[in-house]
Order: sequence, then structure tokens, then C-alpha cells
Amino acid sequence: MTEKLLEVKNLKQHFNVGKPKEVRAVDGITFDIYKGETLGLVGESGCGKSTTGRTIIRLYDATDGEVLYKGVNVHGKKSSSELKEFNQKMQMIFQDPYASLNPRMKVSDIIAEGMDIHGLAKSQKDRAEKVYSLLETVGLNREHANRYPHEFSGGQRQRIGIARALAVNPEFIIADEPISALDVSIQAQVVNLLKKLQKEKQLTYLFIAHDLSMIKYISDRIGVMYFGKLVELAPAEDLYRNPMHPYTQSLLSAIPLPDPDYERSRVRKTYDASQHKYEQGEEVKMREVAPGHFVSCSEKEFAEYKAKYIV
Amino acid sequence: MKKLLEVKDLHISFHTFAGEVQAIRGVDFDLNEGETLAIVGESGSGKSVTTKSIMRLLPPGNSEIKAGNILFNGKDLTKASEKEMQKVRGQDISMIFQDPMTSLNPTMTIGKQIMEPLLKHQKLSKQEAKERAIKLLDLVGIPKPEIRLKQYPHQFSGGMRQRVVIAIALACAPKVLIADEPTTALDVTIQGQILDLMKDLQKQIETSIIFITHDLGVVANVADRVAVMYGGKIVEIGTVDEIFYNPQHPYTWGLISSMPSLDSTEEELYVIPGTPPDLLNPPKGDAFAQRNPYAMMIDLEEEPPMFKVSDTHFAATWLLHPNSPKVEPPTAVKERMAKFQAKQANSLKGGE
Repeated sequence: MTEKLLEVKNLKQHFNVGKPKEVRAVDGITFDIYKGETLGLVGESGCGKSTTGRTIIRLYDATDGEVLYKGVNVHGKKSSSELKEFNQKMQMIFQDPYASLNPRMKVSDIIAEGMDIHGLAKSQKDRAEKVYSLLETVGLNREHANRYPHEFSGGQRQRIGIARALAVNPEFIIADEPISALDVSIQAQVVNLLKKLQKEKQLTYLFIAHDLSMIKYISDRIGVMYFGKLVELAPAEDLYRNPMHPYTQSLLSAIPLPDPDYERSRVRKTYDASQHKYEQGEEVKMREVAPGHFVSCSEKEFAEYKAKYIV
Repeated sequence: MKKLLEVKDLHISFHTFAGEVQAIRGVDFDLNEGETLAIVGESGSGKSVTTKSIMRLLPPGNSEIKAGNILFNGKDLTKASEKEMQKVRGQDISMIFQDPMTSLNPTMTIGKQIMEPLLKHQKLSKQEAKERAIKLLDLVGIPKPEIRLKQYPHQFSGGMRQRVVIAIALACAPKVLIADEPTTALDVTIQGQILDLMKDLQKQIETSIIFITHDLGVVANVADRVAVMYGGKIVEIGTVDEIFYNPQHPYTWGLISSMPSLDSTEEELYVIPGTPPDLLNPPKGDAFAQRNPYAMMIDLEEEPPMFKVSDTHFAATWLLHPNSPKVEPPTAVKERMAKFQAKQANSLKGGE
């Protein structure tokens, strides 16, 4: 857990720059991802969590800031061979298993496309073997290779998406809400699969979700985003035990749990950005309240949070 | 408590090229006045088909009610004419759909869409309907209703759109509100607001709600009673406490165990093995037997009847038969059962 795999430094992603409709989807966020860990990213829709993931993998060009993968900047000018190398190491699993698979391609071709591009299969036979073994890795059969996406259920499609991401032997996978579109019982299957693969292949995940109970289960550390900014970043256990930022508290208080007694007594907290009453000139930035637990706050709040922190 | 809606031995089939899909295979339940009944289950278990049949929204071409009755205030809706059904929809029973994006008409203003049922069912004048619409928007918590009335759905956010859909559904103060995954497409914070709103409105206009969802957290929050559906049947039904703290059916055990709790640290989540049954050729015996680690020989031969656990709690599993062996439920369920017993003991003491 010491080696930094990915460093995101003051990353900004603005759309429609200079126009009246300018959107600051991601507005200066900084975090690191260590090798072999799972970093969860949560927040409401529109808070910029998906944009963050997409900018990291270079689906968008960053407006400002940098993303370093093993010390090398992801953005900026790159030769096509450099780009290819980078693309192989970083892969993405998308939210919608219906929209992310080409309906006119066979499963074997969907999974092998990356292998073909990166020249990972030595022969046709090798290619087929690799596809079969990937299918088996994600819990599908080799007979499925010659089928088309529409012949599969949502959970099975998501498995195909995972197999495709694994095909090029990546080190880092960005999973953008991979389970949101699935049934509860299927969610557990996919989450177990992702965890198992992480162990076997030493993968590092950036896991984007809005389901807070699932994300706590899969993540080592969790970042909470609000309006394009990171408001809290902490080890998963710690975040749930000691939520410091009022937005995190409101988010946690909103999760309904399958426990009627708890539900009857649950009080939903609301959050309004103006409740901080920051004065002009007050510097609001990420500060470390406890080891590894960062909260976006002013100097004054920092002292309060530190006092409130329960070890 | 008065029964408002009774569904009796409902069988619904779809005719497809592959053959007859028996989507609903004998569903029985009642809805009492003023209560919230949650229906849970996997996709394909028949939750939506059951409720759509109440409103008769199933495609007329290929769907067929093979048997059974749906009694609303004593009147059988399965035998009602289309014209009679039009009077029921929106007036007596109305529905909220999952996706507020597709259930609103993008080419009509919000105001027009809310006024539609008012003009149609309550024969209000345009001016009266407009005033009602403003009141309704205000009721569901949309600020500046006078201005919002003239706007189109795309000018609203997802949560606001769902509020509009709720306003339309509640326009005629229906006796039954069917909510089909109304919060699945929304964020947790917005979900919380919508659930609170629905509970609040339920008290104000005294409707009964049928709430379909697969999120057990939401069920625990809203429901008075819960029906668990599997393979086109209700396999367990009871009060919310009975289902969450004293579940009897192995499928309910599986559902409860497969959700991570916020304080669970187990390495692997429990997964219900296998896949839902193929309703083209429903299996003989208990439909859940193939995936049931507790299955017995009889499960493969004969369908279990509903066994009575308490006056309000029934479950269809042979495990409840007096001759069946005692089995150990999963740990997560056992913890819940222990809590339930402690609670019951407490309430007994309190009653003395």
C-alpha cells in the first residue's frame, strides 16, 4: 500500500469554456491511488464523479491539472505507441451493460478487440483460447463466445464488459457504476467477482458508485465528491464511523438500511453549502483531521473537526 | 381494517413465439385501507406484471389473464370493460413509474399534464384545474409553482420530475397508488426526499400504496407489510417486522443475506446460486428448489402451500411443514431472528 500508482493533482474538467454555459464538472481535485487498493468515489449524480473517471482515462482532455500514472503524465501530447501502451494498462468498465457492448459484434470479437489492437494473441487459436479462459474467469461458458450481446441478461453482459477490460491484462481498472443497473442478487455476484479478480491479478480499482453500502464493502478508501470538489477522503471504515464533513453526514444519513427498527428512528440530515458560513479570505482546503482522513474545511472548522474526531 | 383491493389466484400468461410464458402463477394478496404494501423480488419475478394487470396496462395483444380476480371495492376489474377501466385509472387507482424521464410527455407543459386527469375525471373548469395544479405542485414541494406550471419536463431535474409524476398520480386523490420502483433512478438524497414526501402525502390524503422495489432498505423504510415474489408467485408475506426479523422462506433468507450491511466485514457476499426459473417451462414442484440449499426431495415433486406462521405472516416453503427437519438459517438471518424473539418477549412483558 505504499507505492503510488496514480496521482491526480488539482484536476479540472470544464465544459463549454468561455461560453455562458460553462460547466465546471470537476473543479480542482487531488488524490492518489495506491497499488492494489480500491478507491471508491461517491456523490450524487452531477457531482463530477464519472467525469473524473473519464478524464483520468483520457476520454476527455483535462482543462487543467495533471494525472500521473506511475509518474508519467497521462494527458498531453503522446506518440501513438505511447498512447497504446498506456491504454493497455488502464481499462474501464461502464455503467450500462446494454449501451456499452456493440450489438452487432459477437462476444468473442468484443472481448478480443483489445487483444487484436495490442497484438496480444499469437494465432487465431491462441486468441480463441484466451477468450474462452476470460469467459470462464468471469463465470460464463465458452459456448457464449459465439453469441451476440442481446442474448444475455444484464448481469451476464456486465461480466462480458469485465472480461473485455481484463483481456489486455490491465493494472488499473476504472469501474464507473458497474452494478447500478443490476438486481440486488446479481450485484453481489459482480462485486464478488471483482474482488476475486483483484486478489488474483493484483488489480487496482477506482470504483465509482452512488450506492454507499456496496461501496463501503468493496473499497479500501472512499472519496466523497460534491459539486466537482472532493469534500472528504478517508479509509472506508473510518469514513462511516467518523464522517466529518456535513455533506458526508447527510449522504450517510440518507441510505435506507434493510432494518425496519433503524428506519423508524433514522433522521435525514440535509446539507446546504451555505451552512459553512465561510468568511471572505478564509482558506478552504483539504486538511488531514486524522491519519489518512482528509476533510475539506477552513482553519476554524479544522480545529472543531479535530476535537470531534473519535479515535 | 377494511380490504380495499383483493387479488385472488391470479394467473397471467404472455403468448410469445417461443410459447406461453407463465409470468404470474397464482398470486393472492389483499391491500388494506391506508397501508403500504411493498412487493419485492428479482427482475422477472412478476412484480410489475401483477401491478400492471391491476391497472390493465398489459399489452392487449399477447397477454392474457388465465384465471383469477382482482376485486377493487368489491368490483372485479378483470371483467370490467375498457370504458370502465378508464374511469378507474387516475381516479381510483393511479401509478407512478420508475423512469420520470419517459413517463412524462416531453411536448406538453407540466401544467397541462397535471390538469389532464382533473379535467377528465373531476370535470373541473380550466381555471379550477389550474388552481388545483398549482396547489398540487406546491404540495409535492416544487417551488414557484405558477412559473413551473408553464415549463416542459426537460426543464426539471430527475427528482423534480418524479415529484411532478407524483403530483399527476395524486391529482384526483386516488384510493390506491401503485409505485413501480419510483426511486430506483434517483440519488440517495433525492430518494430520501421522495420517500418522505410519499409517506407524508399518504397521511394527508389517506391512500393505500403498493410499492414495488428491489431495494430492501427502501422497503424497511416505507412498508407496513411486505410480499416477496419469486417465479410468478408470492412466496412469503407478512408485516415488515416479520419479514425482516423473522423470515421463513429460504429465498427471503438469500435476499437478506446478499445485501452488505454497513457493519459487515465478511470477505465474500452471499450469492443466491443459479438463475431465476424459466417461466416458459415452469419447474415441477417449488420453483426455488434448484437454487435452494435447503431443498428437500418433496420440493422437486410438489409445490409447497402457504404455511401460516402468524395471523399476518405466511410463507410457501416445505420447511414449515411439521414433519420437515429443523434447519439452520444463514448467520445474518439468525441474528435478526434473535432480535425478533427478544423484541417479542419485551412486548409481552410490556403488555402485562
